[in-house]
Amino acid sequence: MTTNKRGLAEQLWDFFCSLRLTIFLLIGLALVSIIGTVIPQGPQREYLATISETKIRLYSSLGFFDMYHSWWFILLLYLLTLNLICCSIKRLPRVWKIVSEPVLVMDESFERTLSNTQELKLKGGKSELKDRVSAALASEFARPVVTEKDGVIHLFAQKNPWCRLGVYVVHFSIIVVFIGALVGSFFGYKGYAQIPEGGSVNQVMGRNGKIVNLGFDVRCEKFTVTFYDTGAPKEFKSILSVFDGGKPVAGLQNIPVIVNDPLTYKGVTFYQASYGQSDEGALYHLTVLNRKTNKAEKIDARQGERVALPGGAFLSVMEATQNVTPFMKEFDGPGAQVEFTPPGGQPEPFVILSDKYQSFNAQHGGDLLINFDGMDQKFYTGLQVAKDPGVWVVWTGCALMVIGIIMAFFMSHRRVWARISDDGVTVGGSASKNPAGFEMQFDDLVEKLNKA
Amino acid sequence: MSSSNLFNVTMVIYMVTTCIFFAFLASRNKAVGLAGTYAALIGFLIQTAAIGMRWKESYDQGHGHAPLSNLFESVVFFSWTIILIYLIIDFKYKYRAVGFFVVPFALFGMAWAQLGLDSGIEPLVPALQSNWLMYHVITCFLGYAAFAVACGISIMYLIRDKVEKGGGNSAAGGMLSMFPAIRVLDDLNYKAIMIGFPLLTLGIVTGAAWANYAWGTYWSWDPKETWSLIVWFVYAAFLHARITRGWVGRRAAILSVIGFAATIFCYLGVNLFLSGLHSYGK
Repeated sequence: MTTNKRGLAEQLWDFFCSLRLTIFLLIGLALVSIIGTVIPQGPQREYLATISETKIRLYSSLGFFDMYHSWWFILLLYLLTLNLICCSIKRLPRVWKIVSEPVLVMDESFERTLSNTQELKLKGGKSELKDRVSAALASEFARPVVTEKDGVIHLFAQKNPWCRLGVYVVHFSIIVVFIGALVGSFFGYKGYAQIPEGGSVNQVMGRNGKIVNLGFDVRCEKFTVTFYDTGAPKEFKSILSVFDGGKPVAGLQNIPVIVNDPLTYKGVTFYQASYGQSDEGALYHLTVLNRKTNKAEKIDARQGERVALPGGAFLSVMEATQNVTPFMKEFDGPGAQVEFTPPGGQPEPFVILSDKYQSFNAQHGGDLLINFDGMDQKFYTGLQVAKDPGVWVVWTGCALMVIGIIMAFFMSHRRVWARISDDGVTVGGSASKNPAGFEMQFDDLVEKLNKA
Repeated sequence: MSSSNLFNVTMVIYMVTTCIFFAFLASRNKAVGLAGTYAALIGFLIQTAAIGMRWKESYDQGHGHAPLSNLFESVVFFSWTIILIYLIIDFKYKYRAVGFFVVPFALFGMAWAQLGLDSGIEPLVPALQSNWLMYHVITCFLGYAAFAVACGISIMYLIRDKVEKGGGNSAAGGMLSMFPAIRVLDDLNYKAIMIGFPLLTLGIVTGAAWANYAWGTYWSWDPKETWSLIVWFVYAAFLHARITRGWVGRRAAILSVIGFAATIFCYLGVNLFLSGLHSYGK
């Protein structure tokens, strides 16, 4: 019974230590990951309308609409983690022994396991040879360790022993990245804030629909958008100020925030994400000239607002633009579509332009000459808000991963032994990688040692 | 002389290079193989000059930026990186026959860019105005290019493996004599992926860093991100297959071809068939 149980535990252990499981999990993760790139993730109404009821039920029971957070995808990731931990536990001690307790003595049986061995042509006494070979090894390769055993002197020198740990550094780094992601998901949040120009917020809407209190205020002083000649956007810029406890935070007043240049306060970062026209609408500026009295009056109007003009007429601005050229080729400057109601008359719609086109504007309005001076448009800025205390853990993991890969791929643990006995000097060498390259280095080294 | 003319010259040279490598396989004359390598080198130098010139042209237009910002520029850069990685491997190992299976990738890229894509120099939209663009694009494409070279080598492996197992017909056998030995092909495949994998890893990490800096999220399971991870999984599987019995050789070569197919889908397919954050495919 006991043996049976142990057998099962051992089988389980072997299963989780197996490289076949690794390959299976990696290819499996690659395959299932495709699903979430084909089926739109999150609540996508338009997509749901295109597929049948049965499919929706099937997909949502399988977690396909939030696939990368579904229990089975997370399970695969945990299995991969378990697999790499088991593989590392199984193999690391052996590798660690090579690194920490190097074989200092090359006896004859060990010599036969080495692919590179040669006899040196040096002649002399053992202790004198020891000094000469040691000095040559130190200058041409690495400083050797000297061991005397049964009247034979053994030298051992090595380079990059720790690069054998590269694979385990990569495995460890993946766990670090996962830990960073978990820290972020437990102690951080992602949200969105919309602030009109001149307005401020002290809370944001979290991704999960929950309101998050910031604990401070962020004010949008101004938002501007500029365009290239081609019409493509050039820059989205919010001027933000931070207030804590009602007081302006020094150093965080009137800070320009653009895409790729966020603002951070107390671990919360604000990213320029979107913009739009503020609910307040635009403020339009008009000049009304009474042609009889020659008296001019400046008037401001909001969109759709019915404003009284001198002499009992009314005017509403329906829509307006800073530049009319796209609509009216012969003209430029600001222009507005207005509705003018003369005293006691019917509303008349027409277009007015800037005072550059007085005669154009004089076609309508009776005694009143109405010029459009321009508009102030209020925007709101849309900011992504993120707090992620795990992000530095993730970057540490990424850095470890790159270092580990370089150690594992591009560095080789090279070892050289020399045995100095009364018969002469025998040199042996081995490398953890690139045997062909090492063979050339070894031959080169032997040649130099022969001249020692 | 504009960069566009030079790109045309580059395309023609890569076409000539491909023909020379074919002649090398047919004639089995080593001098022809060397001529192929030199032709590829000349094409590479001219393309380098053309990319530099396009860079300067963007400054002349008043909105200077590195030529890595739209589909045309990325395809041209991809071709350039393929030839770069190919030349490095050719310089180191001198297996000229590999050229016939790798240079056509670069030729195809240049032909597509010159004949089918809009080559206008556009100013950078706000999302791309970042130094991360350079780090991210350069590491990704160098990685992709190494995978392209690995794919070419794997195709050679599969051809040679098939012909050798099938007893080999004489005509194909003649061409095959210029192929490196099957063990060498397996090793070269591994070496190319050893170059590509760290670069892809860096490409994903720089992409994540950029996304975090621009949007506050280093990973959002966007289709592009996910596909880059799929590619990473495939090559990670390849690297583990190397040390697993029964997975060396043919299966490794097939994994390498699948990996490159996934790479191409990640680069182009995601933009053409799926939606996401990387806009240049539209």
